[in-house]
Amino acid sequence: MSLSRRDFFKVGGVGALAATVAPGTLAQSAVVPAGGAVLSHPATLVAEVGSLQDNQPVSFNYPDSSSPCQLLKMGRQVPGGVGPDGDIVAYSILCPHMGCPTQYDGEARSFKCGCHFSVFDPEMEGQQVCGQATQNMPRIELNFDAARGTVEAVGVHGLIYGRQANTL
Amino acid sequence: MSRFDDRIPLPPTSAQTTNLTCHFCIVGCGYKVHKWPEHQEGGRAPQDNALGLDFTRQLAPLQAGLSPSMVNTIQDNDGSRHHIMIVPDKDCVVNQGQASTRGGMLGHLMYNGTGPSASRLTQPLLYRGANWRESPWEQALALYAGLTKKILDADGPDEIYFNLFDHGGAGGGYENTWGTGKLIFTGLQTQKVRIHNRPAYNSECHATRDMGINELNNSYEDAEVADVLWSIGNNPYETQTNYFLVHWIPNLQGSTVSKKQQWFPGETVGRGRAIFVDPRRTTSIAIAEQAAGAENVLHLAINPGTDTALFNGLLTYVAEQGWLDSEFIAQRTNGYEQALSANRLSLEDCSAITGVPVAQLIQAAEWSYQPKASGHLPRTMHAYEKGIIWGNDNYRIQSALVNLVLATGNVGGRRGAGVVRMGGHQEGYVRPPFPGGRPAPYVDGEIIAGRGKILTTWACDAFRSTHNAQNYRAAVIRRANIVREAIDQARGASTAELIDIIYDAVTNKGGLFVVSIDIYPKPFGEAGHMMLPATVPGEMNLTSMNGERRMRLSEKFMDAPGSAKPDCLIAADIANTLKALYEQDGNSAMATRFAGFDWRNEEDAFMDGFNRNDSELVTYERLRALGNNGVQLPVTGLENGLLVGTAVTYTERFDTEDGRAKFQPSPWNGLLAEAQQQKDKYPFWINNGRVNELWQTLYNDEHVEFRTSRWPMTLVEIGTDDAQRLGISSGDVVELFNDYGATQGMAHVEPTIKPGQVFMQTMGRNGVMGDLATTAVDQNILPYYKGTWADVRRVGDMGLSRTVTSKRRHFV
Repeated sequence: MSLSRRDFFKVGGVGALAATVAPGTLAQSAVVPAGGAVLSHPATLVAEVGSLQDNQPVSFNYPDSSSPCQLLKMGRQVPGGVGPDGDIVAYSILCPHMGCPTQYDGEARSFKCGCHFSVFDPEMEGQQVCGQATQNMPRIELNFDAARGTVEAVGVHGLIYGRQANTL
Repeated sequence: MSRFDDRIPLPPTSAQTTNLTCHFCIVGCGYKVHKWPEHQEGGRAPQDNALGLDFTRQLAPLQAGLSPSMVNTIQDNDGSRHHIMIVPDKDCVVNQGQASTRGGMLGHLMYNGTGPSASRLTQPLLYRGANWRESPWEQALALYAGLTKKILDADGPDEIYFNLFDHGGAGGGYENTWGTGKLIFTGLQTQKVRIHNRPAYNSECHATRDMGINELNNSYEDAEVADVLWSIGNNPYETQTNYFLVHWIPNLQGSTVSKKQQWFPGETVGRGRAIFVDPRRTTSIAIAEQAAGAENVLHLAINPGTDTALFNGLLTYVAEQGWLDSEFIAQRTNGYEQALSANRLSLEDCSAITGVPVAQLIQAAEWSYQPKASGHLPRTMHAYEKGIIWGNDNYRIQSALVNLVLATGNVGGRRGAGVVRMGGHQEGYVRPPFPGGRPAPYVDGEIIAGRGKILTTWACDAFRSTHNAQNYRAAVIRRANIVREAIDQARGASTAELIDIIYDAVTNKGGLFVVSIDIYPKPFGEAGHMMLPATVPGEMNLTSMNGERRMRLSEKFMDAPGSAKPDCLIAADIANTLKALYEQDGNSAMATRFAGFDWRNEEDAFMDGFNRNDSELVTYERLRALGNNGVQLPVTGLENGLLVGTAVTYTERFDTEDGRAKFQPSPWNGLLAEAQQQKDKYPFWINNGRVNELWQTLYNDEHVEFRTSRWPMTLVEIGTDDAQRLGISSGDVVELFNDYGATQGMAHVEPTIKPGQVFMQTMGRNGVMGDLATTAVDQNILPYYKGTWADVRRVGDMGLSRTVTSKRRHFV
């Protein structure tokens, strides 16, 4: 599944990218053929690295338009981080406990869920710092294209809240 | 857990569905267990799965709590394999569909031969020739009962020791407390028994019971309608999570005001307020401020161990102000004047001792006890837990608190009130009377002193849950090794010969024969000689009650691993073996002591125990009919065939001879001596308690990657300045040490920890706070676990900061 023009614009927070890159030109199709053992995930353009600001979340949807995610450039190398500085990470922002959208707190550098007060660390692969979930924040696997200076989402680690499987 | 972390199998509509009460904390959240054949699954459409949820599209927030940890694949004894899914029950009034991080793991933890449960005990194990060998039950029982009989006959019951659960939930419940109690108190008649988390057989609530008030005296709904919620030495977000989230938070958010208006017409009502008494700013305080606004939360950050002074100061002040329930005092209590006079303490003195500013003391008193605009006294609920129970002189603090509650009429049938312990495990106690006195023997001290010949540790781990733990552990291991050396030499010995060899080692050489009855091998059992495999709820039927006395039946839905048995049936096996041995001797008097264990299953034990001794109305069938909502004890009758319980207690009489509650003089007495000595010598107060993600001694958690990756070592929270001074960063390994022992933990720098204090996770797996806990106890041998002082030094960076978050645990 490649990113449709409509889905691309639904990625609300990527203003800088939308303004500088023609939609669709960077969207790649890298669907794994369905063999049954691996869920097929799309490759979805998320951001142009040059437009990212440290510690400022960028919203996008992945693997489909009903799954809100955020990408963060932490400004320092972190486990699982990609990009030239190894500092870019992304997560499904639906709390893996009961699905409330978490909020990123730039001062605490944590995702926080206001429903049941769970806290997650984007700088430690979404580890639950304290809270009621039984898994860490689902982590979006990112692919950095050095030639283009872009980051695309290519997979998910962990089950996104509210789904039987990560792909609907 | 599913083999994949990105999908889960759905239960088909044909799945078998049963009830399970979470067997961890006292709240006892209701869960539904779905079980279905391995090669089937439900569809994504709502009509095609047993959850009735539409998985063809993204679920909305709060629609379900569902995660891969709730799913497992298990095998029954007939070889059939099944998926199971254990999900929170939306219809349960306790948790209303919510799972905590602990209960949300129930499915993952069930035995399937791999994963976290792979190391479950599945067969009896005997230590022979420097290793552990599987043994038939008959052989293990013959050795256990034969040695026990030899000791009983030669030395009497006082050489037979037990470390014994007394609670509900896993490793407990009415069936199992009864089975063990009947064996130990009626059969063996030993008083050398200590409870799972303390060194003697005592209540954690002797004081309140002596005053006529059982410690679980209100309902969770009372927390929804209280004007003020006191949380004393208690951190409910991390320890009674769904009680706090489902019943306290809505009150603090103001969303129960209409319920208050309905319940209390003509009375001034509004958003609830919270008062926390705790030297540490806890995660619960931070969350309460989010819910209620900081202006509606008061944190009385008392000096460690000064609770008695706090309650005496408040009692004195409310008496001076006249904010008393005089009618209640006159009609339903005795001893008010004597208690007031003995406990009198000015606010200034109270402030000097507790460190709480006078203005805060007055504020707390005004919120909690000053008549409201409508003229009614506030409805103030006082909840407490280990800060008092493991505090500086348990009996005295509890007396001081209950005095204040009685004087202000906040117990005895009033809704929105109560003076309640929050609880650790669920409850599930029914036993014949303890044959010892009060105070009960100091069992751990006697083991250290070399007394006792056989020690059975039953569903507990005193290596992690006693005071003076390092010395205790060393004594058990040293004495157990004496027996091990003897066993090592007994090549080819028959059971009868082995009994003689062991008896010689425990009688003439200072040895101790150590048996562990448990679900996992634990360090305590591994130091010993015999391990017997037990079951958890779901592998057996089990009844317990929660913190509002709500009794439920957890239904069996799968077979136990290997030959593991319910604890009550293990007790019955031991009793029946002893009975047969005495019959062989022709000793009918002794055989009779072990009679009455002809139980086919746990239901028989339930009928013999709870049904016969507590309420004959309560049966499995009637509990099953009430599902996860069960019935609140005491049961008062039947209505349309359904059990009727009690939401409001002590409406007319308290548990005293004349029905009047009793005030108890409890003047402030300073710190217990052994604690004071360590305080005078060492710079850090070692506060301690549970951590949200970890349950008790970590018997499951230490096998779960999700837990161990977050908590590879015992947590030690330290303040910013102290950490800086000692060169400590988050993730560093630190050593804590004093005159009693030394232990280690993983540092976490938390700015709100006060200078000169640290907080250490209790009962950790690779850092045991009890190693530092002094031998200070109250008059009933309740340890002052919370009151020890020690020094802290940095050991070094062992790489933990590369895998463990250093972010603040507080929601701020």
